[in-house]
Parts: sequence; C-alpha cells; structure tokens
Amino acid sequence: MSEVRKELKVSAIENGTVIDHIPAGVVSQVMRILQLEKIERPVLIAANLNSKKLGKKGIIKVTDKFFESNEINKIALIAPNATLIVIKDYEVVYKKNVELPKAIKQFVKCMNPNCITNHESFDTKFDVHLTDEKKVTLLCNYCEKFTGQGNMTFI
Amino acid sequence: MKNRSLVSIDDFSKEEWIKILDIAEGFEKNPKQRILENYVVATLFFEPSTRTRLSFESAASYLGAKVIGFTDAASSSVKKGESLNDTILTVSNYCDIIVMRHPREGSARYASEVAPVPVINAGDGANQHPTQTLLDLYSIRKTQGTLDNLDITFVGDLKYGRTVHSLVIALCNFNATFHFVSPDELKLPSYVKRHIKEKKLKYYQYTDLNEAIPKSDILYMTRVQKERFSDPIEYEKVKNAYILNNAMLDNSKENMKVLHPLPRVNEINEDVDTNPKAYYFQQAQNGVYVRQALLTSILGVK
Repeated sequence: MSEVRKELKVSAIENGTVIDHIPAGVVSQVMRILQLEKIERPVLIAANLNSKKLGKKGIIKVTDKFFESNEINKIALIAPNATLIVIKDYEVVYKKNVELPKAIKQFVKCMNPNCITNHESFDTKFDVHLTDEKKVTLLCNYCEKFTGQGNMTFI
Repeated sequence: MKNRSLVSIDDFSKEEWIKILDIAEGFEKNPKQRILENYVVATLFFEPSTRTRLSFESAASYLGAKVIGFTDAASSSVKKGESLNDTILTVSNYCDIIVMRHPREGSARYASEVAPVPVINAGDGANQHPTQTLLDLYSIRKTQGTLDNLDITFVGDLKYGRTVHSLVIALCNFNATFHFVSPDELKLPSYVKRHIKEKKLKYYQYTDLNEAIPKSDILYMTRVQKERFSDPIEYEKVKNAYILNNAMLDNSKENMKVLHPLPRVNEINEDVDTNPKAYYFQQAQNGVYVRQALLTSILGVK
C-alpha cells in the first residue's frame, strides 16, 4: 500500500529515466550536474520524501531521456546510493546503482584558490579517490591537491 | 625521455632518474660541451627565482644553446593580461624547450598540455620542483657513493617545505631510514608519511637536533620561517633550536654531509661553511650538471 502512495507523489512516466535515492539536500545539485535545467522535456522532481534507506530522499524523473553511464556516474560524487531506473512503456526495463567514476572532468571546481584551473579558462580534471573513512575526495590533475566532499563546488 | 615534459618527479621512473644522474656525472667531468648549439631554450619566469633561473641558464649556455625568456611577470606580456595559454603557445614558436617557473600550482602541467614543445617545471607555486629533487639525489649519491640504505635526517620546516616532501617521497624508493627534526607545529604531513609506511620503511621524529646528528649520513637543513607559526611566542621558543653550528658536528659520522636547498638565512651558522662536511654550495653547483642532463635528454641529444 505504502509503495503505491509513494509512487503517486510523482506521476509515472511513459518513457525515460528515474533517478531514485538522492539524498534530500542535493537534488538541485544533481539537476545542475546533469544539466537538467537546460533540457526542454518534462522533468518531475520530488524532494523530502520519506525513505527507509536515507531518512529523507529526492526523486527526479526525466521523460524521454536515457543517460550514458559516464554521464550519470558523475552524480555518484554527491549521491553515492542513487539508483537509476530506465522506463519504457511504463515498465521498468532495468535498475542499477550509480558507480563512482575513476576520473571526472569539467564540472567540479578545485578548492585550491591558487590552482591554475581557477585562473585560466579550461576544464578541470580529477582522479576520484576514497579517504580512509570511505568519503569521496578528488585529486586535481593540475595542482595535485585534494578537494573533499564537503568542499566540492559544481561549475 | 626524448620530447617528454618533466612536471612532477613521478613523470619519470626510478630508472630514468638514475639515467639522468649518470648523464649528469658525465657533465660534471666535462660541463662545457657545445652540443646544443642549434637549440633555443626559453626560460619563462612568471615569478623571480634568481638561483633556479641562473642555474638553468648556466646549464644551457655551457652547452652552447641560446637562451631567451623573461625574469618576472612584470617584464612580460602577462602584465598586459595575456593568458598562460597564449603566452605558452606563442613562445613555443620561438624555442625547442620551455623551462617555466610560475606562482600558480598546476600551471606547469597545464603548460605541458598546451605546448607543442616539452616543458620543464622549475617550480609551480607550492606544488612541484622536480629538478631540485634530482639535484638533491645527485648530491646524495655523489657524497655517499650510493642512494640505497642511507640514514637521512631532515631538519626545520617539514610541514610546508615542498623540497622536503618530494625528496622524502623519492627516497622511499631507496630503502632509506628517515629522521625528522622539527618543532611540533611544523612536523611532516601525513600524506608524506603515508609513502614511508607503504614502503614499510623506518622513520623517527625528534624535536632535538643533537639527538639525530650522530645517526645521519645526510643532514638536510631547511629554514624555519616566522610566518609559519600561528603563535609568535612558539616561534621565539624554537627559533634557535634548529640552527646548526660547527661544534654540533663533532659527533657526526665521517661520511656525513650537510645539504640545504638555499637560500640560507641563519639556520646554518657560517662557521660550518669551512667544515668539509658542508656540501650546500657544491649541491647548488650540481644543479647545473643535473639540468644539463635534463635538457640534453629531453632534447634527444644524450
């Protein structure tokens, strides 16, 4: 019963992608990383839904859009438990968890104010590492300094 | 190594470091070989560093290369607002290799990606200064006859000194035993210690310099700067504890040598200079041979 009610909070989509299990606080960041603000197809967003796993979670549903895995894996930086659900004809075609990419380009800012990436216009590049506490941290390919999860700013 | 940039010491393998040191040895015996007569070396110093620049220019000049460049950003087009990208692309048209010093971290990596000619990093902010590490390795090998199994003592500012970090990481490949002497506020950071632990090497930490001296094959001195202390009283307490004088070397090993990346302020008393164990000025001279080895290897002449 509760499953049905949850689903009703955001209407079902015919074709497209559902991103589930987004931590409540980062829904808008996920939108920005995937550049959903720029697409013209309908995007349904729900925030602060109750979740057993996360307490509060967000869901994003994007109609008629199927992501490349390198594209969607970017969100693993801020939503490591997110699930990707691909829908065709109102049916779930498959579900999978996002995976942390080994390297990322372009959309995170290096936190080192003296890093050249903050003073010239070109794309940032990072290797993705995990700290001893299993937190994501990014090693800048230029200044060789780490940008931790709490310090990530998205370009 | 031909046509490859040297931005970080890790860009070359341990075997390649050794090869550079071997070639440098040849230049020490015969530094004036006009084998780069048809080459142009650009030295782009976006911030002044007289010592490093002169060492590179001396290395290139003894080999017959022409040297072009600028000595600080104020005398270059940077002042007019030109981007690093544009400066590097333009200068690449005028030279065979670029030697670059820049105040921003990561600038050398970026330049190496942009430039069609190889780039040697002569210091990018607080990040890397690989030619210093190579000349330190050269000086250690030269004075000890080997790089392996040595007791190396580092003294002074071990927290912020990038020279120290790079050299410690490099020496982790040679089964060194480390002795770190510093005030509590300026201890070696954990990211460097991690390299030591990964290789299962031994390291010891001290606050008293005298305790470490008798154990050392190499005593690598650095400057303790006042501005590194959050509490000026802490600086006053420790400022004299890391100054080396000649009498302190009485209990040192026969083979021990004192190194310093220079410039020195007061951390090595001048009475040490005439002690045969003082090696810092020869160390600076070795920088010329190592840079000759790098220029010729990367240009494919050696």
